[in-house]
Amino acid sequence: MTAALRDALLAGFVAAAMALPILGFRLVDSANGLSLAGRFDLVAWSAAIVFCGRLAVKLVLPALPRLPAPPAAFGNLRQIAGWGMAGFALVLPFLPFADRNLVDKATLVLIYVMLGWGLNIVVGLAGLLDLGFVAFYAVGAYSYALLSQTFGLSFWVCLPLAGVFAAGFGILLGFPVLRLRGDYIAIVTMGLGEIIRVILQNWQDVTGGPNGISGIERPSLFGLSFKAVPPEGQRSFAEVVGLDFSADHRVIFLYFLILVLALATNLFTLRIRRLPVGRAWEALREDEIACRSLGINPTTVKLSAFALGAMFAGFAGSFFATRQGFISPESFTFHESAVILAIVVLGGMGSQIGIVLAALLLVGLPEWFRELQQFRMLAFGGAMVLIMLWKPSGLLSHREPTIRLGETR
Amino acid sequence: MLRVEGLCSGYGRIQALHGVDIHVAKGEIVTLVGANGAGKTTLLMTICGNPRASAGKVLLDGEDITRLPTHLIMRKGLAHSPEGRRVFPRMTVLENLQMGAALGDPRHFDQDLERTLALFPRLKERLNQRGGTLSGGEQQMLAIARALMSRPQVLLLDEPSLGLAPLVVRHIFEIIAAINRDHGVTIFLVEQNAFHALKLAHRGYVMVNGKVALSGTGAELLANPEIRAHYLDGGVS
Repeated sequence: MTAALRDALLAGFVAAAMALPILGFRLVDSANGLSLAGRFDLVAWSAAIVFCGRLAVKLVLPALPRLPAPPAAFGNLRQIAGWGMAGFALVLPFLPFADRNLVDKATLVLIYVMLGWGLNIVVGLAGLLDLGFVAFYAVGAYSYALLSQTFGLSFWVCLPLAGVFAAGFGILLGFPVLRLRGDYIAIVTMGLGEIIRVILQNWQDVTGGPNGISGIERPSLFGLSFKAVPPEGQRSFAEVVGLDFSADHRVIFLYFLILVLALATNLFTLRIRRLPVGRAWEALREDEIACRSLGINPTTVKLSAFALGAMFAGFAGSFFATRQGFISPESFTFHESAVILAIVVLGGMGSQIGIVLAALLLVGLPEWFRELQQFRMLAFGGAMVLIMLWKPSGLLSHREPTIRLGETR
Repeated sequence: MLRVEGLCSGYGRIQALHGVDIHVAKGEIVTLVGANGAGKTTLLMTICGNPRASAGKVLLDGEDITRLPTHLIMRKGLAHSPEGRRVFPRMTVLENLQMGAALGDPRHFDQDLERTLALFPRLKERLNQRGGTLSGGEQQMLAIARALMSRPQVLLLDEPSLGLAPLVVRHIFEIIAAINRDHGVTIFLVEQNAFHALKLAHRGYVMVNGKVALSGTGAELLANPEIRAHYLDGGVS
């Protein structure tokens, strides 16, 4: 009790010290110029809230009944949940309450799910803390935009190319990282991510600099256009299917496109975990020395993780470019990397479904709570704190074995 | 089979090995005993290419493997069960064993698994359990089993008795003898537990301060009064 009280007092004191310069003073425009006015009541309030919150964490949390241990069939349950979520995602655009706005937001969430699944290969499986993942996303986006504008290539030709370019950059940026471990990888990848962004910003002739690239070609479905007036030699989707033209068709098409891309990423990850290279990633995360003593070459294993993670970011990037129709270096700041990493970590490193939940929470919630306006970030921060208190190792941190007895032969 | 000639090695500017000569013939169990910090683990690690030897040679079957990168050395029929076991804690026993066979022909896997599990019936009961949840003795068994999965000709064991109860140590040493006797695997065993190691081994070396101070058959070294005084008396019996 006294320990909890002391702990809470300390937290309250820290809160007061931080709130004092941030909240405590305010510039007032008075008759004789600017003057400072104190707002110490706000400081007192924030300290009191933190004090109560900390006390509640210390006293109430241990008293709560513990969650029951997951049943033995939990692995099965998770599989059912996964299929359920995939099924729901498939029918979402046709549900009665799904308007254009909702499908659009769901598309955004799916982009982050896909990015999360891509980064999961690097961070969750191979254990390389990559803080510059957005660089590969940017490479994918610019690859598509430039190839399409310069050579007039279609989205479907550029998609694999963007993946290849991003994977190539993954290998290129992977080399300096190979000799490093842990936190140092994070610092170097963060720097490399920023380098890519700065290059995009300054290489005016090619990337258009801060003005970005606009008017990026929209994708078609097997040659069927989604424009009201299809370009020469193409027919529009609405005409062929026999629907009245609606701009919603394209929104729904884009939604399904990213859904397919994301599910492909997931399928790939689930499959590769059972292959020697996927298992080597996980083994490398667990113990590099043991891996070497088993004759595994850490260089190729790490590079393959980097390249494959980057490839999926490249796919997601070219999708992003085609969805937005406009890209600029603004979209690829460090903040994006941080959000993607937060999704992977909060999801529980290595858990595929956990990443979906975390993406919903971190990308979906702020979008849905736009009405809250400036309190939006407060809700975001609150959600983060709650997850860290409730599930310190991520939402779903249980690792599924890739093989069980009985499947060996 | 395995021959080390005038091997020198160390970490940065600190030299740990000062010209070590060791020879392990095919089918033998050879042990290397010595005090803490004598350079036993460094010798094994240098054979595996990490750290690199600064002078001298490591020959496997007459082939010079001194300058090869670690992962290639490990593909030459050498397997290493590292100090402190180093099993993959979040992976299951079966996955750990699969990692051991990562470089082998997948068609051998079932056969090798059966053969290995016959040596370690305890692991068979725990195939779906995570490596990190095993007891110390079981983890040691797993580390040896994992090394065996690559069908090695020479097995390097680094202190398999580390931190284990005497009864478990005896059991593990029995298994090591069986691996050598029944499967014809040549074994180079680095141990602190000199009594057990010398009793098991055909021949032994004693290492002091990065040099081989004594060598002989296991029985000779066990009877040597100097060794008794340094490593045995007052220790385990």
